[in-house]
Amino acid sequence: MILNPKISRRSFIAGTAAVGGGLALGLQLPFGPTVVRAADGSPEIGVWVVIRPDDTVVIRVVRSEMGQGTITGLAQLVAEELECDWSKVVTEYPTPGESVKRKRAWGDFSTGGSRGIRTSHEYVRKGGAAARMMLVQAAANQWGVPASECAAANSIVTHGPSMRRVSYGKVAEAAARLQPPKDVKLKDPKEWKVIGKPMKRLDTRDKVNGKQVYGFDLKLPGMLNAAIKECPVFGGKVKSFDVARVASLKGVRKVVQVGDSAVAVVADTWWQAKTALEQLPVVWDEGPNAKVSSASIAEILKAGLDAEQAFVGNQAGNAKQALAGAAKKIEAVYAYPFQNHVCMEPMNATARYTADKCEVWVPTQDGEASFAAVLAASGLPADKCEVYKINLGGGFGRRGAFQDYVTQAILIAKQMPGTPVKLLWSREEDMVQGRYHPVMQCKLVGGFDAANNLTGLHMRLSGQSILAAVRPAILEQQKGRDPLTFQGVADGGEHSIGYSFPNLLVDHAMRNTHVPPGFWRGVNINQNAVFIECFMDELAEAAGQDPVEFRRKYMAKYPRNLAVLNAVAEGIGWSKPAPAGTFRGVAQMKAFNSYVAAACEISVQGGNKVKVHRIVAATDCGYAVNPAQIERQVSGSFVYGLSALFMQECTVKDGRIQQENFNTYQSMRIAQMPKVETIIVEGGGDVWGGIGEPTICVAAPAVLNAFYKATGKRIRTVPLKNHGIELV
Amino acid sequence: MIRLTINGKTHEVDVDSNTPLLWAIREQVGLTGTKYGCGVAQCGACTVHIDGLPIRSCSIPARVVAGRKITTIEGLASGNTLHKVQQAWIDHEVPQCGYCQSGMIMAAAALLKEKPKPTDADIDEAMTNICRCGTFQEVRAAIHAAAKAA
Repeated sequence: MILNPKISRRSFIAGTAAVGGGLALGLQLPFGPTVVRAADGSPEIGVWVVIRPDDTVVIRVVRSEMGQGTITGLAQLVAEELECDWSKVVTEYPTPGESVKRKRAWGDFSTGGSRGIRTSHEYVRKGGAAARMMLVQAAANQWGVPASECAAANSIVTHGPSMRRVSYGKVAEAAARLQPPKDVKLKDPKEWKVIGKPMKRLDTRDKVNGKQVYGFDLKLPGMLNAAIKECPVFGGKVKSFDVARVASLKGVRKVVQVGDSAVAVVADTWWQAKTALEQLPVVWDEGPNAKVSSASIAEILKAGLDAEQAFVGNQAGNAKQALAGAAKKIEAVYAYPFQNHVCMEPMNATARYTADKCEVWVPTQDGEASFAAVLAASGLPADKCEVYKINLGGGFGRRGAFQDYVTQAILIAKQMPGTPVKLLWSREEDMVQGRYHPVMQCKLVGGFDAANNLTGLHMRLSGQSILAAVRPAILEQQKGRDPLTFQGVADGGEHSIGYSFPNLLVDHAMRNTHVPPGFWRGVNINQNAVFIECFMDELAEAAGQDPVEFRRKYMAKYPRNLAVLNAVAEGIGWSKPAPAGTFRGVAQMKAFNSYVAAACEISVQGGNKVKVHRIVAATDCGYAVNPAQIERQVSGSFVYGLSALFMQECTVKDGRIQQENFNTYQSMRIAQMPKVETIIVEGGGDVWGGIGEPTICVAAPAVLNAFYKATGKRIRTVPLKNHGIELV
Repeated sequence: MIRLTINGKTHEVDVDSNTPLLWAIREQVGLTGTKYGCGVAQCGACTVHIDGLPIRSCSIPARVVAGRKITTIEGLASGNTLHKVQQAWIDHEVPQCGYCQSGMIMAAAALLKEKPKPTDADIDEAMTNICRCGTFQEVRAAIHAAAKAA
């Protein structure tokens, strides 16, 4: 029934070539490809699937599991098309080294930008479908019947006319010898049985009994432990350090310089290494950056708000002219700080180096980026390098593009050839050697005509470019512009603005700092959502209109943005008064090709104690692969977003980050957690949206807008602790 | 040498007098389910039970608890039977990255021992662990479910 398909008219079906007869012919070629085997000898049925003789289904996943549920979601996609028994599914990570040998057979490893599922759903589903077709064909060949008379379900191939049945494990060897089909048809979403269902995560049990091994927990025979300190002033270098002072301390094996900017102590245990490192006198050459402070950075950004030169990110009509002729203008300046990812598991990597082999075990969001770091730091060719991925204790963007800890681990291990060295960062090191959420200021000017119609809007960003520091080649292609800066307010693409204004200018005065910026979960949508969505409330008030009604006027061309806005407005009961003593706010945004909105109800005691009672959040990600995990990502996003809004800022003094631990860089606790109601909207379409990041950005503006309703105070700088405002 | 009694077994460990219990458990005894998150008793990832009470093991020297009854996440289940908190955690799919969950579970188990039917306010007071993935909504639901379980 499945292998004799009608050609579907639907656009999501991959490949337009006919399948069926031609495919069956191809599969019956007598000499198939060489069987590729997994480590335990079980055959691969295409690169994504291994079937063991006991019917265990091994699904390959190259995106990294860091809590977001991607291994379960990606396995669902493969399993759906494979028609396998979900209870027999396990997953495994192919290694980056294997990927290199096999010409990137599994594609991109990068697990950032909420792209795990949205950018690979098609080829992993095809992998599952191709494997199913091969298994069915192998069974048909065994019975001497046409494959078209056979069907697969629940890891069993059945021949309809004779009702003969065989399990996948029994035909896997034969299937592995068949030529993979070239044309693979995917199911209509209406036929999905595993995708779209709240399948239980595949990785829960070991996370409740202490058995899950994180990078921090790794044990290798003969392994030593390293603690590291890099110059706290970014760009600074090691001048000298006094090995003799710690060399004789118990457990200490070696004190080494790491690159030109860090010093590490290697000891029997990490506690010994850490305590010795604290006693090690190090003299730094801090360089000119030691003069930089938060205030000096803020001054530079402030000047950018009115600078002549700026990169244009979005332009419609002539905003400056419209503003010059406006009957009424309002203006506001916002600011967003440096923030650290603070993964619960600090950065770490374990390396073993010899002249013949360099191996690294690392919790990484991008195995290929780790592999590149191994090549560069070891100096060895690709066939002598390998990376073993470990599930992450949080990633949030810190562990993908940046592999500094991998480089460090190798540079240490190279000084002790043959000995595995586990490098663990202390929380303090993790806090002061981050890749921080970029710092940004924003001046917004809106103009109205005499009838209170918005005639123009200018949004001037001034601040740091992530890509200038991380992907300078993109800036070269863009003549200096960082297109990522405009996430959420761009003129198109996966982060396009959800409003049509008659005259609009969004531009960016790039003001880079010595503090290294990074991709912080959500990236530039976080500050841009605060800027545009809070200012939309300011504009609505200036126009004397309801914030939701005001937004709707400009959203006619953005039906999916509008749909999630309407969903949260309805969910929170916007058309009716808020419960006594509570106040509401909303925000909406398109990010990572998903459409998200939030509406909240808060109360404020004593003018500064904010209780968020309830948040209704809507997400349209196209297709909801695992709604239970989406709900968890969405409610968790408010912990990330509200912690950032209320509590988190990394300040700079004498060129270094001042916050060194959770006591000065707080994160929400359960008592502060609002009730989150998640609405999933499945808008369908060809383009799938991401889940891990988008919702975070609507948390802050929704609460800030409600705070204004409650108090009459517009707060335009984050975090709120700087205003004496706390989350209770 | 100090003598630690962990999950019913006695371990002689050779640590200096300032070594925190956390690192004795992880590096000397070799039980790595108890996590390091901050080292300053903020995040709670290192929570273990000492004579049944939840303690942040990163901030107490191992020598201080010599001879006391220490329980880690590895010792919470009774043989193959999970503790009701662990079972509720599975049923409600609480963990995301999971790194903080050992400490979260140990805190919840201690809470239920002290208050078998905790209110939301009790949970707010007892559960001060940090979770960056933001599993709090599921944590609360799972604690209430575990309280209902016999």
